Amino acid sequence: MSGLAWLIPAALFLGLIGLGAFFWSIRSGQYDDLKGAAERILVDDDDRPLP
Amino acid sequence: MDKVDGPDSAGMRGCPSTGEPPAAAADIVDPAPFLRHGAEGEELELLVQGARCAGCLSKIETGLKALPGVTEARLNLSTGKLRVRFDAGRLRPATIPETLARLGYRATPFDPTRAAAEDDAEGRRLLRCLGVAGFAAANVMLLSVSIWAGGEMTETTRLLFHWLSALIAMPSALYAGRPFFGSALRALRRGRANMDVPISLAVLLALGLSLHETIAGGAHAYFDAAVTLLFFLLIGRWLDHLLRRRARGAARDLLALQATAANRLGADGHIVAVPAREVRPGDRLVLAPGDRVPVDVAIEDGRSEADLSIATGEATPRAVGPGDRLVSGVLNLTGRLLVRAEAPAADSFLADLARLIETGEQSKTAYVRLADRAASLYVPLVHGAALAVFAGWMLASGDVRTSLINAIALLIITCPCALGLAVPAVQVVATGRLFRAGILVKSGDALERLAEADYAVFDKTGTLTTGRLRLTEPDRLSAEDLEFAARLARGSRHPISRAIAEAAGPGPLAEESFELPGKGIEGTVEGRPARLGSPDWVGLTTPDPEGDAVWFRLGERAPVRLAYEGTPRPAAATAIAGLAARGIASEMLTGDGEAPARRLAALVGLERWTARLSPQDKLARLAALKADGRRTLMVGDGLNDAPALAGAHVSLSPGSAVEASQHAADFVLNGDSLAPLTEAVDVARAAKRRILENFAFAALYNAVAVPLAALGLVTPLIAAIAMSSSSIVVTLNALRLARGRRAA
Repeated sequence: MSGLAWLIPAALFLGLIGLGAFFWSIRSGQYDDLKGAAERILVDDDDRPLP
Repeated sequence: MDKVDGPDSAGMRGCPSTGEPPAAAADIVDPAPFLRHGAEGEELELLVQGARCAGCLSKIETGLKALPGVTEARLNLSTGKLRVRFDAGRLRPATIPETLARLGYRATPFDPTRAAAEDDAEGRRLLRCLGVAGFAAANVMLLSVSIWAGGEMTETTRLLFHWLSALIAMPSALYAGRPFFGSALRALRRGRANMDVPISLAVLLALGLSLHETIAGGAHAYFDAAVTLLFFLLIGRWLDHLLRRRARGAARDLLALQATAANRLGADGHIVAVPAREVRPGDRLVLAPGDRVPVDVAIEDGRSEADLSIATGEATPRAVGPGDRLVSGVLNLTGRLLVRAEAPAADSFLADLARLIETGEQSKTAYVRLADRAASLYVPLVHGAALAVFAGWMLASGDVRTSLINAIALLIITCPCALGLAVPAVQVVATGRLFRAGILVKSGDALERLAEADYAVFDKTGTLTTGRLRLTEPDRLSAEDLEFAARLARGSRHPISRAIAEAAGPGPLAEESFELPGKGIEGTVEGRPARLGSPDWVGLTTPDPEGDAVWFRLGERAPVRLAYEGTPRPAAATAIAGLAARGIASEMLTGDGEAPARRLAALVGLERWTARLSPQDKLARLAALKADGRRTLMVGDGLNDAPALAGAHVSLSPGSAVEASQHAADFVLNGDSLAPLTEAVDVARAAKRRILENFAFAALYNAVAVPLAALGLVTPLIAAIAMSSSSIVVTLNALRLARGRRAA
């Protein structure tokens, strides 16, 4: 049972990290343009512009 | 720079993934009046049309960043909004839309005062709630499962787990439940009950009861039920919001069209670009070819042809001259015009349209969704039952605590988890299936409304026809005549010229050519003088008997006639017959003239049609149908159809429609054919059946759950199993829709 004393806080801590990351991703606008994000994978930034 | 300026081969402009024609280079609005002055330079927001893929993104962003002085350019592909930050000292603002036009995209500036309204705060709030509910549901369920499974668990450990669950669930549920609490409160204030009322009540009572039990050291806590319920319902809410968000862009695009600049002629003879909203009646404006008319005007000087399709749906441009009036939004095609403003922008045609669309959209929010109709039945029944259980236990045992626990357990287990999922699950599956069939659905209740439609109204130009013209019988012409006429036509942007050029295929231009607005084209072909245009232009004294043809004369030879017509959209007749087979009669309303309307109606098999209608007339016809008890499906594409699209019971736009119409419509067809229309009706009707089946199942589930709860047999474990299994059954029933079985 003593394992619970650190397993439960560890689980909650990891969960909170995930939640924090999710909040950060929302605030930084990563869900504002889902279609654009899907297409941007295909763009090579260091490439030359299309003619 | 040289990459942007380099010669464009015609096929490489515009979105490379679609065959759409590039924007006209002349159709550019000077964005100077719409700049926003920020700390890091000027900011400009533009609505870019036609950008659809990664190629567009990359072309636009790298193309703009290559301009001197541009520090940032970012395009939002979902909304079409482009934000450019630049140094006004190094770059003329008009260079930006000019560069975009050269790349093949039409861009209109956003009025910065309206841009703030665009922010999707509601979507971000839902996502945050979803994240919190997901976190809480996962952790509380972990603790709950160990309580249910832990045979040798001591009472102290169980109490610790209950307290931990309470610490996680209470703040999370209070945070994540706000969308439901708020909506329930609003409904209650209006004296109505929607599905959020029992949801909020169940969540709050479950939390309160569980907290009380935890403090008292009891065995049963329902924290997991409260947070998992919220998590599942928020998923449904978020999906619904995604579908709905697109629908709200209608007025936005119209406003963007209104944010045009006008070229005002000052008293000193100088031309100044001003925002259209600053034009006063009496101002004198200059309209170049390719300009959109900014406010309602009367022509003072100059001759041109105007594309009136935005206002009337007429496919053929009309010759205009001094004294003629033009409404805002009309496109000036060929000549330079000096005009006098007759109304301020706020009272002009486009603003009227925007107001009509808004009114239509408001009337749609009055539609009571199936889920809310079910809720209005469900709420009094369940709450009545809970009261009865409380009273019954009080009479039987006299113990307030047991009576209260049993009554609350009934509210929790009957909580409309299945009911709340019944509708969104079906709508998401149906929407996905329609998406694969090439139909975009804008909102869930659009499906419900389409299932109820019993009458269809079609627009003509651009809807039953593709909006492009084609030569009627190109085979009757000699190949030589067609080719020589095409040499004159290839240099012109006139729709009839485009039809001739298309019929003849690619080839050389005339040695020289000159276009006279309203008359035709004159030029030299193979060293001989040639003319293409109206009968009197080629020297005929009698007017054309039918009116829808142009004439071509080469040298001294007799003129030849080239007849044209609107191209019917593929499967228009099939779609109308298919609707008739499903009990939906069709009618055509068009702003175009009688003769082309009659021809097309015969071609696609329509008996009822009316020609020469204004947007207001169309709306009046829809209102008359509504008064007759009809539920009308409106199919249209033009800006002149947008009010009717917004005002109809349910509406659909082809993918070629102007963006404002696409946004005003509930459904958008992706592709040229009208054939998916019948599939949309089938899926909508099947979806409605699935929803009703789900409601029936939920009723059955409650018929079993209520007696159990009334007898006090519902433990948290039974509640969790019952609630999740009913949700799974409902979701599986919704998934049956995805298999694509045709509805009978």
